[in-house]
Amino acid sequence: MELLAFACAILVVMPLLLVFYHVLREGLSSVNLAFFTQVPAAVGEKGGGMANALVGTVVLIGQAALVGVPIGVLGGIYLSEYGGTKFNWWIRFAADILNGVPSITWGVVVYGLMVVPMHGSSALAGGVVLGLMMIPLVMRTTEEVLQLVPGGYREASLALGISKWRTIVQIVVRTALKGIVTGVLLATARIAGETAPLLFTAFGNLGWAHGLKEPIAAVPLVIYNYAMSPYPDWHRQAWAGALVLLLLVLFINIGVRFLTRDRFQQKI
Amino acid sequence: MPTTEQTVAADRAAERPARLRAGASPLGDRAFEWLTLIMALSVFVLIAIIGYELARGSTLAIHKFHWHFLVSSDWDPGNDVYGALPFIEGTLVSSAIALVIAVPISIATAVYLTELAPLWLRQPLIMFIELLAAIPSVILGFWGMDVMVPWLHTHLFPALRGRLGFLPIFHGPDYGHGYSMLAAGIILAIMIIPIITSISREILRSVPGLQREAAFALGATRWEVTRIAVLGYAKRGLFGAVILGLGRALGETMAVTMVIGNAPQFLISLFAPGSTLASWIATQFTEAVSNLFYSALFELGLVLLGVTLLVNVLAQLLLKTFAGPSIKPQH
Repeated sequence: MELLAFACAILVVMPLLLVFYHVLREGLSSVNLAFFTQVPAAVGEKGGGMANALVGTVVLIGQAALVGVPIGVLGGIYLSEYGGTKFNWWIRFAADILNGVPSITWGVVVYGLMVVPMHGSSALAGGVVLGLMMIPLVMRTTEEVLQLVPGGYREASLALGISKWRTIVQIVVRTALKGIVTGVLLATARIAGETAPLLFTAFGNLGWAHGLKEPIAAVPLVIYNYAMSPYPDWHRQAWAGALVLLLLVLFINIGVRFLTRDRFQQKI
Repeated sequence: MPTTEQTVAADRAAERPARLRAGASPLGDRAFEWLTLIMALSVFVLIAIIGYELARGSTLAIHKFHWHFLVSSDWDPGNDVYGALPFIEGTLVSSAIALVIAVPISIATAVYLTELAPLWLRQPLIMFIELLAAIPSVILGFWGMDVMVPWLHTHLFPALRGRLGFLPIFHGPDYGHGYSMLAAGIILAIMIIPIITSISREILRSVPGLQREAAFALGATRWEVTRIAVLGYAKRGLFGAVILGLGRALGETMAVTMVIGNAPQFLISLFAPGSTLASWIATQFTEAVSNLFYSALFELGLVLLGVTLLVNVLAQLLLKTFAGPSIKPQH
């Protein structure tokens, strides 16, 4: 039985290794300078790169953070510092339910909410959809790390006559800042690879987007479009994109683990 | 208070004890509390907006097809007739396949990680499993297309047909050259295994040690302790973990779209291409040519939302009533 359980654990880890190996093998041979500096070549032509998609992903993440981080962090503060047990239970419940809403559904909703009224896909719509998806993620992790701040800190600050909101902002949040940043980074890693919500919002762009009202390219979108195309050269580029995206996501996830090492080890 | 800063500070110092007794709070405090409250309430607003927007978008299709939409298999843009049945079936079947594969593996792994594995091995294994959950679904889908699907076509499908071909689900031609309902189920299993494993591990860790000791004291073997004292005790929480994995599988889009073959049909044979609600929305949205077509796609989204909300509510209730708020969400 022990052997069987061990075999299962190995089986679980296998796909990660297989995928990583394959992405490395295919991606490394395709990444070159042009990949980072050029926009896609015309259909059928060789060469070109993904510079516009790389920038697009950064722009989308930046917009998403502008939407998701303030709302998520402030909401998390409420959950941890204010409100009644029962009331907060419902907010937490709603946030967890929101986390389970399929990403494609978000895409359709923001299509109806922004793309239709604005008569076209836009970088703005892409940023907003990712930002909205970040809210429940950031809210829950923020709450969780704020609760780790010892109550004594709050009491000491309040006893000095510092008002509650300044206690929260200057003592509680500052103490837990590393944890909050960790949560934000993990949420960023999660949305950086999201594709489905961008299909009809950011839409993709073969060149540069001039302004936030135009459709914009993003790395996961390009990977999808190229992967589904019949051109071998596009497949090659898609692997290069997959390598960059995978490294980014794994880098954030592993980096965060080192950042919060003590806390994680305590938990085990 | 229209006074200078110093006076305000002096006033506040003088007033403080009175204010504490009265339980009132200064303006800044109240403003901040309200600000955070509004942000926290945004989650309710978002759920309402999602529901409203999908319902609004599907009005046209709902008025036109009524409940026939849910039981009709016609998807014919030429005649502007749409039905959701093959996609509902595809969603349920692909998720069912995923659960059949993922549940035993995930729970066995969770048991291994909490009860059996040597301590030095636990941390690296847990990290690997969490990293697996972090792989973007589009990359997993691309790997599925490039590596898994051809392998299914040349190895697994012929083997299954040879051994289990008498079952209708493993019967029939492999039209899609590997792109199939079974491929979607396997990819989904890979995606939900880390989720179910992580949450199950947390659940098992919250089983009191006393529970195990009592069973050992009664002379139970290690296997009996795990089965009766640990798994039996944690049943409800584990069920919650599985349901949460199901919720994730039902709505997963990209990886499924890339390996399922995207045919608007549902066949009993798992070797045949099909579609799920999510994958069909993803592939058809940019093809929509009429308002009714759009509306039908919104209604697919509404059906998907309804199913996932139901499943997620159930999962959260099971998890929250099992262990209180100490179990953190894993997504």
